[in-house]
Amino acid sequence: MLQRVLQPLRKYSRIYDFAQWFYRRHAPEPGTIVLTQRRVYVLPSRQGLVFGSSMVVMLIGSINYNLSLGYVLTFLLTGMGVVSILHTFRNLARLAVSPGRVDPVFAGEVAQFHVHIENPDRHDRFSLLLTCKGEMVSCDIPAQRVGVVAIPQRAQKRGWMPLERVTLETRFPLGLTRAWSYVRPDMRALVYPTPDDALLPLPQARPEAGDAISVGAGSDDFFGLRAYQPSDSPRHVAWKAVARTDTPLTKVFIGRAASELWFDFDDMPQGFDTEARLSRLSRWVLLATQSGARYGLRLPGSEIPLGDGEAHRETCLRTLALFEIA
Amino acid sequence: MQKPIDLPIHRFSDMALLLAGLALSAAPHAARLSWWVSAAATLFFSWRLFIAWRQRALPPRWLLLVFTVGGMVGVYLTFRTIFGRDAGVTLLVLLLSLKLMEMRAPRDVFVVVFLSYFLALTNFFYSQTIPTAALMLATVLLVTASLSGASAPSRPMAANLRTAGSLLLQASPVMLLLFLLFPRVQGPLWGVPQDAYSGVTGLSDSMSPGSLSRLSTSDAIAFRVKFQGEAPPRGTMYWRGPVFWDFDGRTWRPGGGRLRPSLRFEAFGKPVDYEVTLEPHNFFWLFGLDLPASSPPNARFTSDYQMLSIQPVRTRLRYDLRSYTDYRTSDGSGEEEMASATRLPGNLNPRARGLGREWRRALGSDEAILRQAIEYIRSGGFEYTLQPPLLQQNTVDEFLFDTKKGFCEHFSGAFTFLMRAAGVPARVVTGYQGGDLNPVDDYHIVRQSDAHAWSEVYLQGRGWVRVDPTAAVVPSRIESGLASSVPQNTVPLIMREELAWLRGMRYNWDALANKWNQWVLGYNPDRQRDMLSKLGVSQPNWQNLAQLMFWSVAIVLGLMAAWLLWKFRNHDPVQAAWLSFCEKLARKGMARRPDEGPLDFAARIAPALPDKASAAHEIANLYAALRYGRTPSPDGVAQLRRAVGAFKI
Repeated sequence: MLQRVLQPLRKYSRIYDFAQWFYRRHAPEPGTIVLTQRRVYVLPSRQGLVFGSSMVVMLIGSINYNLSLGYVLTFLLTGMGVVSILHTFRNLARLAVSPGRVDPVFAGEVAQFHVHIENPDRHDRFSLLLTCKGEMVSCDIPAQRVGVVAIPQRAQKRGWMPLERVTLETRFPLGLTRAWSYVRPDMRALVYPTPDDALLPLPQARPEAGDAISVGAGSDDFFGLRAYQPSDSPRHVAWKAVARTDTPLTKVFIGRAASELWFDFDDMPQGFDTEARLSRLSRWVLLATQSGARYGLRLPGSEIPLGDGEAHRETCLRTLALFEIA
Repeated sequence: MQKPIDLPIHRFSDMALLLAGLALSAAPHAARLSWWVSAAATLFFSWRLFIAWRQRALPPRWLLLVFTVGGMVGVYLTFRTIFGRDAGVTLLVLLLSLKLMEMRAPRDVFVVVFLSYFLALTNFFYSQTIPTAALMLATVLLVTASLSGASAPSRPMAANLRTAGSLLLQASPVMLLLFLLFPRVQGPLWGVPQDAYSGVTGLSDSMSPGSLSRLSTSDAIAFRVKFQGEAPPRGTMYWRGPVFWDFDGRTWRPGGGRLRPSLRFEAFGKPVDYEVTLEPHNFFWLFGLDLPASSPPNARFTSDYQMLSIQPVRTRLRYDLRSYTDYRTSDGSGEEEMASATRLPGNLNPRARGLGREWRRALGSDEAILRQAIEYIRSGGFEYTLQPPLLQQNTVDEFLFDTKKGFCEHFSGAFTFLMRAAGVPARVVTGYQGGDLNPVDDYHIVRQSDAHAWSEVYLQGRGWVRVDPTAAVVPSRIESGLASSVPQNTVPLIMREELAWLRGMRYNWDALANKWNQWVLGYNPDRQRDMLSKLGVSQPNWQNLAQLMFWSVAIVLGLMAAWLLWKFRNHDPVQAAWLSFCEKLARKGMARRPDEGPLDFAARIAPALPDKASAAHEIANLYAALRYGRTPSPDGVAQLRRAVGAFKI
């Protein structure tokens, strides 16, 4: 029964979505978005409708039994329900939403979109709920404070991931009405290609690398990680990495640290498509950074010279993430 | 509409609040519920509190199902139905207690809270006094606070209570308007359950030894009277109720009085005008001073001068009357009436019959017999008492010749019997006698303890004449009331004469309760029409009531919205001017980044606005100086405002 009543409202919400899209209001809004009165919508929640029908029943009871205090109680509760609409509205209106920090993530991981919500008024805001594509975060914001809320979003593929439309809603104080507003802060997360599970390639002797390096497996220097095999010594299992990733890895040692590595997009096994190559490169960049090696990246049409450290890593991963993306 | 979020309710304080509210609305029911229901409810309440306290698991569903079915069967076995007022309330209490045991998510809090509101309402079936109202207000406050807690799980309990309090406070103007202006309909809309009006005290439709003395210990109010002008002397305040004709040896019952639209009698002296506010008593009688000359609406008279309502009096009723305390009934009585006024049952009470016959033989005239009978009662050594001894079969004989102790029903019954035995037509009249003036609000209060019985005798040429045999024994009963006529230790505490201070408090409380009854509980369709006429609505009907209600509520809500939204705004002119400046630029696509200070912002946008660059720098500098400067200039705010106002792109 309730479903049947609510169905048209859902349909209305879909029409609304269409209108928003049609008038291009769906585009991200730059800067601070203030939830002006026109942007805040208020409708009774499901509990509010039940409350309303309870009031009707109580009113009929009061009429039938001539209960003067029944009228008083019913009207007091009705008045409270109506006044709570104002409070719910006030709990959401005039908030200012602005974009904050988003750290890059690998595809498949969860990006945290930090949104700043400013409460300019002299009353506290409670139980604000931010929903975006099925993810929900709630927060309270005291008077004249700025709250920072991280909206988690799972990154599906490499490149830029924009923040989709966020629904900001609240049912405070009584849960009888729901006030909500749609915002789309101009935010995007950089998504790196997912590293695959390859090991580091053995560095090739290159003319420009100076000395030729003969590498053989040994136990002098830590070189990198590879997948655990049953015959590996437990002393060589990388327990820290295991704890982080849940996949058993074994530390590989070589006789002498490789000083320079070149990772080449074109130098890949047969049958690798672009994404697989990028994943492999991404993996190598991580491994090389971990082992402290100097490395460079060759992509069709571009090259990143040898380097090391966090900044170099970021540059390489960013290039990989945005490869062939405008 | 999205699916509600289910978070477990784990806070002990929220649960304690909800249970406290619920307990307050269930407590008044406890005395009326069967013992096993009260016990079950107490058990479930404490169990739920324990679960919330110790974070234990809720009982399994099958167990609750067993309890539910058991409860339904129990209610059916107790009441033989699950409908009706008492069974319904019992069921509500049981189901609410059981619902507590399966409250897993905030969603369930809503169900429990809404049911608690219902439970609060059901209390008004039984009592609508000021204390009940206060108790239910407390219930609503606590329960609403727990509702608020469910939608903001992080807030402390005190904050939720404050929220609930301010919501209720803000709701009260709306409540007042709706209460006054909602178009009232006189209920019931349909038949109400049989048991809806049980449990009221008052006179009954028969009189046997003990029926009035039982009432005499009740200080419940029968009705209140407001006299216009001076009140008649107490000795003439006979409030007429049911009249009894048929006697079976123990119990007096009404005869078949014919209905008539008005009373005919000869009136002497000045009329008494007054207003009666009658408490519901579930019968048809309307009480008036002997004898009423006017008739309230929806009332009829019987040939034995009873005033009857068309419907049983089930709600508090207010009516205006005019009576003459000095009258002569000119209405001649029919033969049939005379016959039933002298009829005596079988051959019970032979001694009283003998005495009556002897009087008739010795004295002859009706008036002489009457004088003799009164003298007999006065000087016969009779005692007026609230605890008369029990009587066996020949109630009249035993009272007149053996025990000689009785209450007014004994006196009037025995007197009427004697008169009939002597061949004088007589009947028993019950009602109330007297009434206490409350000096606080000038209302006379007539209590159940003022219940009284007297006789009426038909004398040729004088019609039906009131004779009060009790007055012959204890004149003080009539002149100053029950309390002065019987030993003090048998009188209800509140009526004892030495407790004057207690009575003073009592008068104040009664006056308050009366105001409450008249203005809150007595606000009915008639009062509503009166009020509207006073407001200048010439033809009050439900349409203009509804309009008035709609607009006044809308205005109140509008004012409240303005207050709520404006009062808490941040009135910082510097901030406002700066925000307006940023807003102007944002509209042109130059939004300030959240990490950008005013000076950096101005520096960034200046190249894009060559002709406005200096203005932008000026505004940024002014703002920075006002906000962060050591000694902001006093006219800086005005300057900033002007600059922002002039800044147009």
